[in-house]
Amino acid sequence: MKKILFIEDESALQKTFSDLLSAAGFEMISALDGEIGLELAQRKNPDLVLLDLVLPKMHGLEVLKKLKEDPKTKEVPIIILTNLEGMAEVEKALELGATTYLVKSQYDLKEVAEKIKQILNNK
Amino acid sequence: MDKPKFIESANIYSQCKKYGLPLWQCPQFLFLIMGAVIVTAILTTYIVGTHYVNNPPLITLIILILVVILFVISFVIIKSFERLAEANRMKSEFVNIVSHQLRSPLTNLNWTIELLMSGEVGKIGEKQVDYFRILKENSGRMADLISDLLIASKIETATLPAKKEEVSLRKILDELIKEFALFAKASNVEMKFDFQENLPLILADSFQIKLAIENLLDNAIRYVKTNGEVSIKLEKQGKNIYLEIKDNGVGIPKDDQKYIFQRFFRSENALRHQTQGTGLGLYITKAIIEKSGGKISFKSIENKGTTFSLIFPAK
Repeated sequence: MKKILFIEDESALQKTFSDLLSAAGFEMISALDGEIGLELAQRKNPDLVLLDLVLPKMHGLEVLKKLKEDPKTKEVPIIILTNLEGMAEVEKALELGATTYLVKSQYDLKEVAEKIKQILNNK
Repeated sequence: MDKPKFIESANIYSQCKKYGLPLWQCPQFLFLIMGAVIVTAILTTYIVGTHYVNNPPLITLIILILVVILFVISFVIIKSFERLAEANRMKSEFVNIVSHQLRSPLTNLNWTIELLMSGEVGKIGEKQVDYFRILKENSGRMADLISDLLIASKIETATLPAKKEEVSLRKILDELIKEFALFAKASNVEMKFDFQENLPLILADSFQIKLAIENLLDNAIRYVKTNGEVSIKLEKQGKNIYLEIKDNGVGIPKDDQKYIFQRFFRSENALRHQTQGTGLGLYITKAIIEKSGGKISFKSIENKGTTFSLIFPAK
């Protein structure tokens, strides 16, 4: 069973997304802030990380940078899932090595789930 | 290291950018121009004075006093301009923050409804699906409105990012026609698309261009009379790509025509036909098209229809 780590501070979103992806056969790991997210990524070896940017304790871009610097986690695909849509954030995230950048409000839940499956299949 | 404040404030270009105003409307720049005019005036007066008046120092003193007074007055005027511009900037920022804050809960709502509708968390009946659809449609409308407000506020503060990528108008139109098929059918509108093959690409931001054309198509279908027809034409004209969207809908009354690209403007006959709408669509469309180096114009006759013409420089 593939493991997905979802780093997102909104518990409502955590719940809907985790329920959907669990139903689709993934094992979900939740982190509600950047620091815990980073720690869980290093400890639980997820197959994919879903990462919000505006996070308490550590900003998503900082988490991304640390994950890509660590040889243990640098190969794990990271999907940025946020409502920030500034050019600067998109460029920075891709430059740091994020696999893709999704603006929440532009996608349906199903479309995001599809992207996740696609990326995991291509791995 | 941060630059000292006075150097920062001396950089007129960056100051004006902050307000999202063009240079010639920017208070700081106007102030500089006024200063230059006044200095020239003193010098000219002094030169003239030395030739024609017996007591030049006295004349100079009088002029200097006048100039100081003028300077103070203009400074006060410009300060008030600056306050206005600042208030405008704050308003845009406010819209920006509120819209962003609204977005997250709305996404949650949207996704939760979608999850419920999918039946993944328990079976639901057909009747419930109908009600969920109403919920989803309305949360979708709110999301669209927020998105429009965000774009409009970015246009106003001149912070709308624009990628320069190769864009195929043909591809965008194909996609849009597919997306609008259901809406057109429901509104009893026939859509026609005439295009030349192998058209050159344009350089623009594809997401934004799609949004701009989507607004025009949406209007063309929405403000239709019975037996509507929307014809789309895409062709090369010299070094440009020409796109025409023509409808036989309600048209725009002559008196309203000069306002249609203004923010929040909605023509009275549009209001009669459709109560929904923000009055932001055409404002956004025009800004996007002009930002990509294109031009937009229209011709309209009330009760006969409207034709929008767009010209983009080919790559």
